Amino acid sequence: MTTDAMTHDEVHAHDGHGHAETVSNTVYGFWLYIMSDCILFASIFATFAVLSHNYAGGPTGKELFDLPYVFGETMFLLCSSVTYGFAVLAMNRMQRQQVLGWLFVTFLLGLGFISMEVNEFHHMILEGRGPDRSGFLSAFFTLVGTHGTHVSLGLIWMLIMMIQVMRKGLTTQVQSRLVRLSMFWHFLDIVWIGVFTVVYLIGVM
Amino acid sequence: MAHEAIQIPGISHASLKSYVIGFALSMALTIIPFAMVMFGLGSRPFILAGIALAAIVQIVVHLHYFLHLDRSSEQSWNLQAILFTFLIIVILIAGSLWIMFTLHTRMM
Repeated sequence: MTTDAMTHDEVHAHDGHGHAETVSNTVYGFWLYIMSDCILFASIFATFAVLSHNYAGGPTGKELFDLPYVFGETMFLLCSSVTYGFAVLAMNRMQRQQVLGWLFVTFLLGLGFISMEVNEFHHMILEGRGPDRSGFLSAFFTLVGTHGTHVSLGLIWMLIMMIQVMRKGLTTQVQSRLVRLSMFWHFLDIVWIGVFTVVYLIGVM
Repeated sequence: MAHEAIQIPGISHASLKSYVIGFALSMALTIIPFAMVMFGLGSRPFILAGIALAAIVQIVVHLHYFLHLDRSSEQSWNLQAILFTFLIIVILIAGSLWIMFTLHTRMM
């Protein structure tokens, strides 16, 4: 099962150019999907910016947001981005067990993030500060909720990939999917930078 | 069943070093804006400029160290796509805000 000793050129010659090109095209296609997702998020960010002061007599960002809590969420997501990077490194070395281990750590960190977010939403809605309270809160739940939905779908995808790595091993197809999930996962962390800056930090100021 | 590592631009050259540097920079660029807001370090315009700058730099750090985007020829299509997307995003966000706030002012 070990190809560690192979040099890049040997791998390339063995793999054949056609194969490598198909994977590259798939990855580029996925990159274009991510770009379109960026535009989706941009439009929700614009909506949030327009509605960010429409409190309708309801709570403002200052009353709602707890920055140390948001900092914790941010740490979960940032660490999960790095641990996914470690999974990719293990994949490049073709170490299946390590790929599984890092994917599992990433999954737990992502689950930590989404649990904190669900908990935050739950408390807000219980206190009558749900999306129906004001334009600001509608925009808040739409933006943060859309990001959270993406993260949840990423977690389901990660679970599926762990099963595929276990059952199929690191085949070319499985590796190609792992690479695309890595792009998706890092992209979600980038969107979160925009969320914590525009929604939470500016909201509390 | 022996499989080989696939060759993807950027991914195949990913190194532990790039993730560690990316993580350290991202930590700093997260702690700085949170500290600025939480402890009120400076005037309001100064803090706003600071957190906006930290966010932009952190996005570039993520693109470079985590998504391995650079100016090499094998990445040129990815780079073109993201630059075009960036243009669309600027038009979309700046345009929406311009229209909505002008409207708001005229309605007063």
